[in-house]
Amino acid sequence: MNNLIAASASAGVVLSLLAYWIGTVLKKKTGWSFMNPLLISILLVIVFLLVFHVSYDSYQASARYLSWFLTPATVSLAVPLYLQLERLKKNIKAILISIFAGSLASMGSVLALSMLFGFTHSQYVTFLPKSITTAIGMGVSEELGGFPAITAVVIVVTGIFGNIIGEGLCRALKVTDPVAVGLAIGTSAHAIGTAKAMELGETEGAMSSLAIVTAGIITVLLVNVFAMLY
Amino acid sequence: MKYLKQFGIILLVTGIGEIIRYFVPFPIPGSIYGLILMFTLLCTHVIRVEDIREAAVFLIEIMPVMFIPAAVGLIESWGELQPILVQTVIILVLTTVVVMAVTGKTAMFMIGKEKKNHE
Repeated sequence: MNNLIAASASAGVVLSLLAYWIGTVLKKKTGWSFMNPLLISILLVIVFLLVFHVSYDSYQASARYLSWFLTPATVSLAVPLYLQLERLKKNIKAILISIFAGSLASMGSVLALSMLFGFTHSQYVTFLPKSITTAIGMGVSEELGGFPAITAVVIVVTGIFGNIIGEGLCRALKVTDPVAVGLAIGTSAHAIGTAKAMELGETEGAMSSLAIVTAGIITVLLVNVFAMLY
Repeated sequence: MKYLKQFGIILLVTGIGEIIRYFVPFPIPGSIYGLILMFTLLCTHVIRVEDIREAAVFLIEIMPVMFIPAAVGLIESWGELQPILVQTVIILVLTTVVVMAVTGKTAMFMIGKEKKNHE
């Protein structure tokens, strides 16, 4: 099996897509937030590799073509950001200051907890980009010398957690304005949280998707300073 | 041909972003330079949004599957994660709540303030 998959130019891609498809079907059938297609597909592929004794390298030999698309896809995020330009201009101060505060809070709490747990520098920088979109967060983790694979999973689980608690937490904290709700969910739970924000309303969804990119960029700018602190 | 052209434009800007990454000594992924460059080109109408829209939307839509290979790398990094699993869960839960609360509360404050200014 290992040799078969290593020799194939598409096996890793097909396996990944198949697992993702199963994930979307499960999500549709159950409607549960934690049935996140991405999380399901990651687990399915891992189980498959372990059960059939396929090495990660063999899988990666063809699956890496999927990862290749990540950079142009991240560049494409400029399009939704541009389409929200009017909304962005209208609330520019509130948007920038609250996302800035949220990004600082994210890295500040990771710093505090890492010190508390006595993490190594690599472990610390692995968690620093945990609230931003996987596309940017994994790159940050890699550049800073963290463990990108752990960062990826932590980011995805963060998104799912934010997706589940978003509505209730905002209500409990009396965060009622649709703009504020969208910013809160997008800054803390990136694209997976945004899926929830879009269910709540158009403004919430737009603000949340705007927050994904903005929080990503603000975090990239600040993360190098934070990386030097511990 | 339309999609190929759209994808070509996105790849060109991506490539320029990677070249900038090569020459600028900051640990910032090349995709971020590309993203900012693309946003600037759209705002200055050098590139019209219609020139890349469909390809961009498609790439964003299928983005989740692009994360699978890297995340499956967890198999290789499991040794690093296992000893700090409990701490990871604590960080995950706490920081997500903190970030959501701080962002939401700050936004509420700012919006309230701006509304008062308009009155």
